[in-house]
Amino acid sequence: MASYSTNEFRSGLKILIDNDPCVIVENEFVKPGKGQAFNRVRIRNLKTGRVVDKTFKSGESVEAADVIDTEMQYLYADGEFYHFMVPDTYEQHAADATAVGDARQWLKEQDICQITLWNDAPLSVTPPNFVELKIVETDPGVRGDTAQGGVKPAKLETGAVVRVPLFVEQGEVIRVDTRSGEYVSRVKD
Amino acid sequence: MNYEPEADWRPSANIEVLRLRASLLGRLRDWFGDHEVMEVETPVLSAAAVTDPNLQSMETRAGGLRRYLQTSPEFFMKRLLAAGAGDIYQICRVFRDGEQGRRHNPEFTMVEWYRLGLDMHGMMDEIESLLSMLSVGLRQPGPAARLSYRALCRQYADLDPFLATGEAIRQRLDDAGVPVPETLTTDRDGLLDLLLASVIEPALPADSPLFVFDFPASQAALARIRPDDPPVAERFELFLGGMELANGFFELRDPVEQGERFERDLQRRRAEGLPAVPVDGRLLAALEAGLPECSGVALGFDRLVMWLAGCDHISRTLSFEAGRA
Repeated sequence: MASYSTNEFRSGLKILIDNDPCVIVENEFVKPGKGQAFNRVRIRNLKTGRVVDKTFKSGESVEAADVIDTEMQYLYADGEFYHFMVPDTYEQHAADATAVGDARQWLKEQDICQITLWNDAPLSVTPPNFVELKIVETDPGVRGDTAQGGVKPAKLETGAVVRVPLFVEQGEVIRVDTRSGEYVSRVKD
Repeated sequence: MNYEPEADWRPSANIEVLRLRASLLGRLRDWFGDHEVMEVETPVLSAAAVTDPNLQSMETRAGGLRRYLQTSPEFFMKRLLAAGAGDIYQICRVFRDGEQGRRHNPEFTMVEWYRLGLDMHGMMDEIESLLSMLSVGLRQPGPAARLSYRALCRQYADLDPFLATGEAIRQRLDDAGVPVPETLTTDRDGLLDLLLASVIEPALPADSPLFVFDFPASQAALARIRPDDPPVAERFELFLGGMELANGFFELRDPVEQGERFERDLQRRRAEGLPAVPVDGRLLAALEAGLPECSGVALGFDRLVMWLAGCDHISRTLSFEAGRA
């Protein structure tokens, strides 16, 4: 099994902690004058998303986590699994609801997502930063109020609910930033 | 020809900081000259290496022989002292494998000097006056203070480093939210090191020098041990801005005890799976011949520049930090 010495620690490095895949978020080397050196690291558990601090004696080794990010196209959901495909190879992967997590509400067929694989199995799914989705349900627009004013909830074809300006109509396609869940603009045909 | 152009060819320090470095080096040399301390140069490559398990030497080969890059010029300078050189100083590059971070670069500049007949406190006095000379017209340090290691731990961590059990130190680290490595459970000195680096250092005054002295005998390194109760190492460290800037010893002169410390270090290296290193037999012979009573100190020049120039990362003080070298 591959491993990393603390000398190789840097943010972004994927390591195995208590058998869970984790990513190093921050790494600080500390050493008192003549004594033992330490690496104080902040790591995020890639399964649970939990962020914890850990200290290693410098020079210790930690097992590497076989984690890679791959771009895949979202194909369909079958009620239990979400199916993705590597465009170049047609290789398919099925992700369960835990791996898909909050990305579920942005998944539109044929969109390219980033799939994080751990030991070749989907660990998490990151939707595109921007998605274009159709509004399937929202209150009627208020004519003449295009400049400023309030917002209203709108339900999108994927089930997500976002706040949109009052002038946006049901049936329109809008652009949404999936990182913030915020409306960006209308998409003209 | 097919060379990849690298975007990070520029220096990691700005030119103003390099100018400051140059002017400080000049001031240092003038000051040592005025105090009749002789500048010396000693080899960077040595057949022997430091045994301290907390220092990893880099290796290279020269003429088919294994050589170690110095982690400090200490052994060579002590051989000069034993040969009658008198007060000496050196400004040189030293190399420590695996040390890289906000305050560490694998190679850095050390100012090391030895004063005959000065004890630990005399040496601290000298550093104080050197510091105030170096900071003239730059960033002025506040008044210097001195605390024993015991008083430091009591004041900043509410713990007696000589009496606290490993469990109590661990608890103190837990309370401060500092995770403790599983591999550190029984290593009292290691736990105290983590406490110093993670709890005490960040709480130290930002602008006033603090000398910490009388370290536990188990952390003596190359300092003499004074047989108090408990025995303490006549070793001191200077902290400024929560950073260790200098480390000094009232130097150990006893060749037998020095040999025993080398041996203990090597045993610890074996136990920790660290590479064995050749012991410096010539240093032992020099001690045998007689090292004059003296104190010595090593000052991290780059960190001093960090503090004087207000840099938050050591790379901002170096023409080219390791990543651009």
